[in-house]
Amino acid sequence: MLRYLTSRIVATFVMALLATLIVFLIVSLVPGDPVLSQLGDMAASNPEIVKAYRAKWGLDLPLYEQYWIFLTRLLNGDLGISITSQRPVMADIAQYAPATIELGTIAFILSVVIGVPFGIAAAVARDSWIDHSARFISLIGVSSPVFWLAFIMLTVFYGWLQIAPGPGRLDPIDLPPPRVTGAFLIDSALASRWDLLHTAVAHLVLPSIVLCAATLGLITRTTRASMLDTLGQDYVRVARAKGLRERAVIVAHALPNALIPVVTLGGLAYANLLTGTVMTETIFSWPGLGLYTFRSALALDIPAIMGMTLVFAFVYLLINLLVDLSYAVLDPRVLKR
Amino acid sequence: MSEASAPILDATPFEPRARTSGQRWRRRYGLAVIGAAIIVIWIVVALAAPLLAHYPPHAVDVTVRLLPPSAAHWLGTDPLGRDVYSRLLFGARVSLFAGITVVVLGAIFGTLLGGIAAYAGGRIEEGLMRFTDLMLCFPPIILAMAIAAAMGIGTINTMIAMLIVWWPKFARLARSLVLVQRSQEYVEAAHLIGYGPSRVLLKHILPNSIGPLIVLVTLDVGHAIIVFSGLSFLGLGVVPPTPEWGAMVSENRELVEQWWGATFPGLAILTVVMGFNFLGDGIRDWLDPRARRR
Repeated sequence: MLRYLTSRIVATFVMALLATLIVFLIVSLVPGDPVLSQLGDMAASNPEIVKAYRAKWGLDLPLYEQYWIFLTRLLNGDLGISITSQRPVMADIAQYAPATIELGTIAFILSVVIGVPFGIAAAVARDSWIDHSARFISLIGVSSPVFWLAFIMLTVFYGWLQIAPGPGRLDPIDLPPPRVTGAFLIDSALASRWDLLHTAVAHLVLPSIVLCAATLGLITRTTRASMLDTLGQDYVRVARAKGLRERAVIVAHALPNALIPVVTLGGLAYANLLTGTVMTETIFSWPGLGLYTFRSALALDIPAIMGMTLVFAFVYLLINLLVDLSYAVLDPRVLKR
Repeated sequence: MSEASAPILDATPFEPRARTSGQRWRRRYGLAVIGAAIIVIWIVVALAAPLLAHYPPHAVDVTVRLLPPSAAHWLGTDPLGRDVYSRLLFGARVSLFAGITVVVLGAIFGTLLGGIAAYAGGRIEEGLMRFTDLMLCFPPIILAMAIAAAMGIGTINTMIAMLIVWWPKFARLARSLVLVQRSQEYVEAAHLIGYGPSRVLLKHILPNSIGPLIVLVTLDVGHAIIVFSGLSFLGLGVVPPTPEWGAMVSENRELVEQWWGATFPGLAILTVVMGFNFLGDGIRDWLDPRARRR
């Protein structure tokens, strides 16, 4: 176990290091010139200003020197200064991350809590109306573009029926709760501001439904397929032949094995939810990392884009590592390979 | 009968029910045929857009802005008085072209890379696959967004950005497929006859492992169309006023009363993506008899 653990951690670390190189190369080698997009036309036509600007941001050094500086700073937790916000990228990320984590986590919980039982029910009652509706819903979830789903939701529930609040994390008149974690659900509860908690929950409903749609479909589908696979195995037949109740066969014998692939998928799905919030956040004016990345990309804010791409890659690698480790716990055969 | 013994007899959910041959055929190929039909219809629409459209896609006429669907404007008009129906038809060209091109090129590049890696083995395999894994750890849409923003917006640039993030999954799949085939006897036979590595890889191994690749390509075109239209929606894809479905949703997204401008392009994306999903699932069922019974 320890050997497996160390080898996986070392591999993750090496990948993270290589990821920094890739991000650096892509950002350095693409032909766009951040200087021209940052400076106004007047300033960009003045060679003196352009030169000073390049020197200020270290853009005039050779590539390997730029990378070395980037890497040493990164090890000190310094991702550079965002060109648009003029603040450290790390500070920006710390400010925007809680909103994304809150949204992504709620969406993840929604998709697991609905998707797994739905998938099991669909597999157990195969070809029933539950099965057909599970398939239909997961098909819609996987096939609809997030930005369109968000538009439909906002139009119907906010515009027409007026039962859901508009974009944003709170109503425009509300002040956010005192910041402890940055997650409004937790912070408003800590401050005993139940009215704010209510508003925050209401504002989470539409974005989290929109964000989880595709994941929900995927989890339902995988659970169903895996459960069907397991129900066809010999040991399930044996359990039935022993005379066990159907409920016991499903819950005690089939389910634990059927859920192993779902755990892997669940980990990846969580990573995808945390890193895939760009569309949802942009449409719902959700002040999280996705919206921040989108604005940085539009402004060609190179330090911010690099920082965000790296953060997302690290999150992905970290969750992958956790999935691998949980897999080893759930299925000890992994260790013997 | 005691409750405990009932389950032995009650195995109905897991036994295939008796079906007529027509039902079986529909079950086996029904969705694939529907999917193929949807795709064919959209391709025909894309090709025949100039014939089917009622107005030029860029024709601005502010006297008819924001009209609801009617006989003159089947799907209504947008804030500039452009005909949504006509723009939708021309939009099919951009979206289908971008989605199909990105996936096919990505699949070719990824398959060659993965195939070479698996066939060569050793250091080459290790290096190529580490690189592939590395590319897979970046969220595609973020990386594509960064690249597209850096290169400047435009249909071709966005497609290039997507290509850069699109090939790795094909490399992984191709590698695993070739690994299975490499030790087969017919490959050894081909080597013994004296065929070179490129011939064995392209003419012997690839044709035998092409099935799952075709499934992934089909399923993936839908995904690529969603990502491309998403980038366009964010303003990082096509240049306005190009009629593209994602851009059309974006142009009309603030309109709550005039819902038609954004709803129909979204429905177009939904149907196309469903079509590719149906077809992909259908091909998979057809190629993999074990999965077919599900």
